[in-house]
Amino acid sequence: MTLRQRHLLGIEDLAPDEITAILDLADTYVDLNRSDVKHADALKGLTQINMFFENSTRTQASFELAGKRLGADVMNMAVGASSVKKGETLIDTALTLNAMHPDLLVIRHPNSGAPALLSEKVNCAVLNAGDGRHEHPTQALLDALTIRRAKGRLHRLTVAICGDIAHSRVARSNIWLLGKMESRIRLVGPATLMPSGAADWGVEVTDNMAEGLRDADVVMMLRLQKERMDGGFIPSEREYFHRYGLDAEKLSFAKDDAIVMHPGPMNRGVEIDGTIADDINRSVIQDQVEMGVAVRMAAMKLLVDARRAA
Amino acid sequence: MTTLLFQNARLIDPEAGTDSLGTLAVRDGKIAGPSGMDGAEVIDCGGLCLAPGIVDIGVKVSEPGERHKESFRSAGLAAASGGVTTMVTRPDTLPAIDTPEVLEFVRRRANEAAPVRVMPMAALTRGREGREMAEIGFLLDAGAVAFTDCDAVISNTKVFQRCMTYAAGLGALVIAHPQEPILSAGAAATSGKFAALKGLPSVSPMAERMGLDRDLAVVEMTGARYHADQITTARALKRLTRAKEAGMDVTAGISIHHLTLNELDVGDYRTFFKVKPPLRSEDDRLASVEAVRDGLIDVISSMHTPQDEESKRLPFEEAASGAVGLETLLPAAMRLVHSGGLDLPTLWRAMSLTPSRRLGLETGRLSAGAPADLVLFDPDKPFVMDRFKLLSKSKNTPFDEARMEGSVMGTWVGGTRVYDARTA
Repeated sequence: MTLRQRHLLGIEDLAPDEITAILDLADTYVDLNRSDVKHADALKGLTQINMFFENSTRTQASFELAGKRLGADVMNMAVGASSVKKGETLIDTALTLNAMHPDLLVIRHPNSGAPALLSEKVNCAVLNAGDGRHEHPTQALLDALTIRRAKGRLHRLTVAICGDIAHSRVARSNIWLLGKMESRIRLVGPATLMPSGAADWGVEVTDNMAEGLRDADVVMMLRLQKERMDGGFIPSEREYFHRYGLDAEKLSFAKDDAIVMHPGPMNRGVEIDGTIADDINRSVIQDQVEMGVAVRMAAMKLLVDARRAA
Repeated sequence: MTTLLFQNARLIDPEAGTDSLGTLAVRDGKIAGPSGMDGAEVIDCGGLCLAPGIVDIGVKVSEPGERHKESFRSAGLAAASGGVTTMVTRPDTLPAIDTPEVLEFVRRRANEAAPVRVMPMAALTRGREGREMAEIGFLLDAGAVAFTDCDAVISNTKVFQRCMTYAAGLGALVIAHPQEPILSAGAAATSGKFAALKGLPSVSPMAERMGLDRDLAVVEMTGARYHADQITTARALKRLTRAKEAGMDVTAGISIHHLTLNELDVGDYRTFFKVKPPLRSEDDRLASVEAVRDGLIDVISSMHTPQDEESKRLPFEEAASGAVGLETLLPAAMRLVHSGGLDLPTLWRAMSLTPSRRLGLETGRLSAGAPADLVLFDPDKPFVMDRFKLLSKSKNTPFDEARMEGSVMGTWVGGTRVYDARTA
């Protein structure tokens, strides 16, 4: 199938069949990535520019690898050191890059909506690699692929998303995606880290881990975003770990075969106990990283196809 | 001096609360009454509405400092074409209007350049910094009609209390922006489902009530004359009711944007919908319209705030707040009439009579002896808004491409025609 979207700005814009199409194609790229010659030429001759206005190691590396494995020429803009520091606006930076005729623009930005603004000004496909507290669509897609491969489906699962929901774009994208795929979502966290209005999202909201994790199929832990905390959301990390950190005891409320996820990077001993994170029978955290490359390959390939078909 | 005779006019009289066909005569720049005179220039209104000109409290003219955004000339022309006959201008310029010297400059420029009346407000504290009182007495003598730090809330309550006490002694009107400043710092939207999904930094609507509560306590302490620039939430309206019932000298305004738009209009981060305070929920909007009908909210303003393209073409959080409104105030207000909420005399009470009275002006009325500041308009004439046709130098209107009804056909200030749709 062909995507109806010309950009990947958020899961909000995707229909369930588009999500499924991306995941189906990503499944084939997982096989490719595990083979000896990890190369296909779906994006051969195309130019991909990664613009990260926030520091990122894993997401940027994942996008870079995804583009290279499909044969694209990938350029990483070191935005921190560039003209942005000289006062150039986001749109001017975008127009400058646009003049170089990229085919794919991957952007991460601290402001919600920045990729959407950019997409109006450039002629290529824009992929949102995380904007403010808004969305991180490829993270939700890689989470979905991980869940689907572990559980065999995305519908009628109970997924507990735990921790710092307020600052998390990962949570928002996952809520959109899992809701569209008809799973049941619980948000678990202290009220200070729960966005106001979350109860109106069609999810269950609780501040109690035992209640939130009860009979869950998937336990998704979020990183405590210390860098976004400008003042006292939690009393201390040790109290947070005591009440909300995932340890064996809290995990015991979930189903016996529940999987544990984390978008990384982890704060061990803050939101997750190290032994749970490393438990190969429960934790799929390394799978998530692997699925990330495959999902980004699929998303870029389908966006390029959609533009070629248009 | 010429005499004018408006015949066959649908007279909107906010003072009498009437909307009826009739005749209005103007002599020597003042309204003379319903009867004609020999030799008068006859204007056949063709059954269109004739109302007192709009008195718009809180217009930002970006002079001095940012004339590329708006000058007295461009704002004045925009006002005339929008039926606004008195612009009550804000002091949040660069530099702030906080000394009699700067105020004198503003008055001179305004008189030279603007075809409508300009009544300047002055800052309550120096530089609008909330630390030292401005020269309220001198500024009053120089013609300031009210004192306001605009959207800069004086967070130091001791300073605010002293300013209010001093202003009370001089009988000066203080206009404040009721908002808890720390709670609302950095906010670009109103908290709730929408802001949270869009990932926008948001402020609880409660911050407005908290700000108003503090201000009302200081009014009670000092006896100052107080006007809240914008009350936009149902929560704060309850406090306003209580203050008015207690007989306090308190009035409140609201922007036309908060009466006709809600938070969902922001959609995909459309920065022309970023205003201060942020757009509210539909429930709050409906409560505000109700409050205007009941007279609880006294004044409707355009809160005209020109911003250039550069300051709006940014991610939503970083984009500047504010919208132009001089030319869209009347057609936007017609939405409140056409959707069945308000009648024209009630609307004109809030857009003309009450703001004029609150500032101690003679305008805003159709009775004999009042200045002949008039607007002739067709309440039903439909059009599609094109922001590039605005006379304002800045084009940041949230109504771009909107279908609107209500067009100004003519505007008179002191009996002199300053706008004519036929020749515009």
